[in-house]
Amino acid sequence: MIELFTFKINKWLVAYYAALLVWLGTTAMHIPDGYLSPLTSLVMFLLVLPFWMIGVRKIRETMNARSVPLIALLAAFSFVIMMFNIPLPGGTSGHAIGATLAAIVLGPEVAVIAVSIALIIQAFFFGDGGILAIGANCFNMAVVVPYVGYAVYQAFSKGTPINSPRRLTGAALGGWLGVSTGAFLAGIEFGIQPLLFKAADGSPLYAPFPLSVSVPAMLIPHMLVASVVEGLLTALVVAYLQRSNSNILEGAAIPAQALRLRGLWVALAVLIVASPFGLLAPGTAWGEWSTGQLSAMGLQAIPTGMRQLSGLWGAPLSGYNLPVLGNTNLGYVISAVTGIVIVGLVVWLFTLLLTVRPGAQNQEHQR
Amino acid sequence: MDKSINPGHSHRSSHVLEHTLHGISETLERALFAEEISAKPGLFQSLDARVKILTVLAFLLAVSFSKNLEIIAAIYLLALALALASSIPAGFFVKRVWLALPFFTGLIILPALFVTPGPVLLQVLPGLAITRTGAISSLFLLLRVSTSISLSLLLILTTPWNTVLSGLTVLRVPDVFILILGMTYRYIYLLLHTANDMFLSRKSRVVGWLDAGEDRRMLAAISGTLLAKSINMSSEVYLSMQSRGFRGSVVTLKPFKMQPRDWAWLAVFIGLAILAVVLGR
Repeated sequence: MIELFTFKINKWLVAYYAALLVWLGTTAMHIPDGYLSPLTSLVMFLLVLPFWMIGVRKIRETMNARSVPLIALLAAFSFVIMMFNIPLPGGTSGHAIGATLAAIVLGPEVAVIAVSIALIIQAFFFGDGGILAIGANCFNMAVVVPYVGYAVYQAFSKGTPINSPRRLTGAALGGWLGVSTGAFLAGIEFGIQPLLFKAADGSPLYAPFPLSVSVPAMLIPHMLVASVVEGLLTALVVAYLQRSNSNILEGAAIPAQALRLRGLWVALAVLIVASPFGLLAPGTAWGEWSTGQLSAMGLQAIPTGMRQLSGLWGAPLSGYNLPVLGNTNLGYVISAVTGIVIVGLVVWLFTLLLTVRPGAQNQEHQR
Repeated sequence: MDKSINPGHSHRSSHVLEHTLHGISETLERALFAEEISAKPGLFQSLDARVKILTVLAFLLAVSFSKNLEIIAAIYLLALALALASSIPAGFFVKRVWLALPFFTGLIILPALFVTPGPVLLQVLPGLAITRTGAISSLFLLLRVSTSISLSLLLILTTPWNTVLSGLTVLRVPDVFILILGMTYRYIYLLLHTANDMFLSRKSRVVGWLDAGEDRRMLAAISGTLLAKSINMSSEVYLSMQSRGFRGSVVTLKPFKMQPRDWAWLAVFIGLAILAVVLGR
């Protein structure tokens, strides 16, 4: 009976999201307060924090006093660019984030700060995006998009002249991949809510959809619309700058300095992309989701405490009750990627804390 | 959430231009409206910005932590009462939240009514039933989102932006960051006006319709020019800051002093928020 029930709902759900596809894809990923649990919001803040520290340090090293007006103007620019309505081939239009463009011009470390400030102002003064969700929004849009977009752009443009068409390809793909990755992460953030946070009767307390719904619902529309808008805007503006103002692309805004961490980043990206493929091959060891499946079948006799504990423990894998094909694989990929990203960031945060030099601030004042 | 979509329309220059122009002027209007209300007499206007920031944050956290629908509803009513006590038009305060909400959160959670596993509450069609858990979790999300937006609105509408900024020191936000936030806010308006002028002047020279490709090229040119202008302007701003003695360290004036009345209200609000957290567990 339950099998039949869920099957019908799934078809209905597919139709519903097909209708919503274009509409959702044109909205920016500003998560309002209420979708994420306080714990998730806190974790997202902790994830963003090291990137803010790196950005501020980079600015101090390269620009000192000049940096204040430059950052302010570029944050204002990224706020304004988010309001531009860009038409797509095929009749829709949408808003870009402009974070890839910021990363190409400023470098990803500084772009993180500029886009974050734009997002904080949107939350605090215009009510776009939640205040508690600032950490999540900054991570998805101000950290992931610049770094991913910049990595792709660099991969394509390294060693090419400033007016090379390869830079346009890199800019377009970078913008597309950056926003798609951000949307994917937002989908994961939504999707883990019902696994971790439920009321006593089993009702999800925050965003209600499991990963199997939230990830495609965020990812597919963004891949089709919002990411395309970002890629298009980035490539078009880079093309315009190549023709008219190429010194901006040469890094005139920021004194050029080799990215010490670039190699590490590329390695990390390769690892993240590659590792799930290895996990896909042997499809064994699926003990974890049995508890989740039991409760979905109406077995409410599991003690609340134990259920919560098991929810915490097998979290990314336990939500695959809906029999959508390929779910289990998707779940494995998602949990692997999330795990790698979180572990990597924690390790990085620690190394960062250990290597912060107290002398940096004094040097600046001496000049 | 700001969004504008026009699927299915044939692409004409005026649509893109007008959408963007409309968005820009709406942002400017919103800010003007907030300035207007923050100048009126009222309870929240009379309080120190730090009290308001801490209060709104405390209630946002209480809303976020609550596992009890009644508690969230109670906080919404409290926000409404505070809005009324602070000369915010009740109609505006309610409509701004509840008219926009169904279009985003409502549409997103609609399927959750049906797909969340749980006992059947209402059989709509054969094979399509609203579950109890689905209904409850949808209510949670709607109430949480609307209450959180209302709380943020309360702060935004009753506090001039520069006081919000100086109030942020209470959250241990570094002075440099507050300076940058303030400058950004100020230059957002300048750049919005600049973008507005560029769009208008372009529009004034366009006869007939442009195709989507032309639109995109125009937007890219405007964006690129705006970026170049921003960078140039930052050099000019730096020179003028330097001429006034800026050497990289930030000194901000802190003209505000907490009055006994501020402390009293802070105690009341924080007490209520803690109560809400405890009752909502």
